[in-house]
Amino acid sequence: MNFDALPLRDDAAQRRLHARLVADAEREGLLDISYRTVDTPVGSLLLAATPVGLVRVAYESVGHDAALAHLAEEVSPRILNAPGRLDGTARQLDEYFAGRRTAFDVPLDLRLATDFRRSVLTHLRDIGYGRTESYAQVAEAVGNPRAVRAVGSACATNPVPVVVPCHRVIKSDGTLGRYTGSAHAKETLLSLEAA
Amino acid sequence: MVLRVCRAVLGPSDAEDAWSETFLAALKAYPGLSPDTNVEAWLVTVAHRKAIDVRRADARRPVAVAEVPERAARVREWHGDLWTALRELPHKQRLAVAYHHLAGLPYREIAAITGGTEDAARRAAADGIKRLRATYPGEDTA
Repeated sequence: MNFDALPLRDDAAQRRLHARLVADAEREGLLDISYRTVDTPVGSLLLAATPVGLVRVAYESVGHDAALAHLAEEVSPRILNAPGRLDGTARQLDEYFAGRRTAFDVPLDLRLATDFRRSVLTHLRDIGYGRTESYAQVAEAVGNPRAVRAVGSACATNPVPVVVPCHRVIKSDGTLGRYTGSAHAKETLLSLEAA
Repeated sequence: MVLRVCRAVLGPSDAEDAWSETFLAALKAYPGLSPDTNVEAWLVTVAHRKAIDVRRADARRPVAVAEVPERAARVREWHGDLWTALRELPHKQRLAVAYHHLAGLPYREIAAITGGTEDAARRAAADGIKRLRATYPGEDTA
């Protein structure tokens, strides 16, 4: 029996239905996480937001699917590709990468970071555009000068890189140190900001 | 897959309502789903219940004139002859054909969804296919 007349894929219908599902889910409070991607000079970034705020920015090197799977596990499996909630963040990222924005004004949801790491992330938001601090300086700033390695981990596991600028934390000897994206991405961001 | 099954069971226009209801219900239930659930069979089960709801709602719904042009446009999006042939099948046969040949479910699971025995589901699918071959010659090669 030939069922070809019933297409396996019908992209127009799927798009229409997806948009309807997003609207229905939003109305019924079932959309726990919406996500989209945005193309940038450091590759495609996955952006994910809860109703509270931006919860994840993931580099391709981390794997967008892996990042979504992690969100499903840690936050909620009610995840939909729903660009609307993230349009503002995407626009600000575009402006940032075009050199027209020096600070992000987006609500954050830092639930993926635990207490100490969250305090590090909070401090990172105070390191201004174009400036850098060493891991040791950050450790001192969060009131735990001996926690240099822990600061390194907090930066490496930053759930919202770029927006929370862990790329502005470098080693005391001036070398760049680790980065969640790639060493190349860190270099790109710092030279963008130095320009 | 779910859209295809809904279309075969309900026809082009109601299928979209059933699909939407299915995935909304799935979104609701998903966090409580055990990890070893066969998601496809589960979705078909939900779609089956939603299709029943949509058919019931349809029976009660007065004809909404404003909706006609949009629905007519949707109908043209896939070959109407197959739906015409499917619609002529007895309900049980149509379900068995859709759940087995389009959703790929084994007859044991189809019986669990539609009620009845595994053998009855197998017979319904076979009878349905036989009848479809007669009423929908189509561009049949497979």
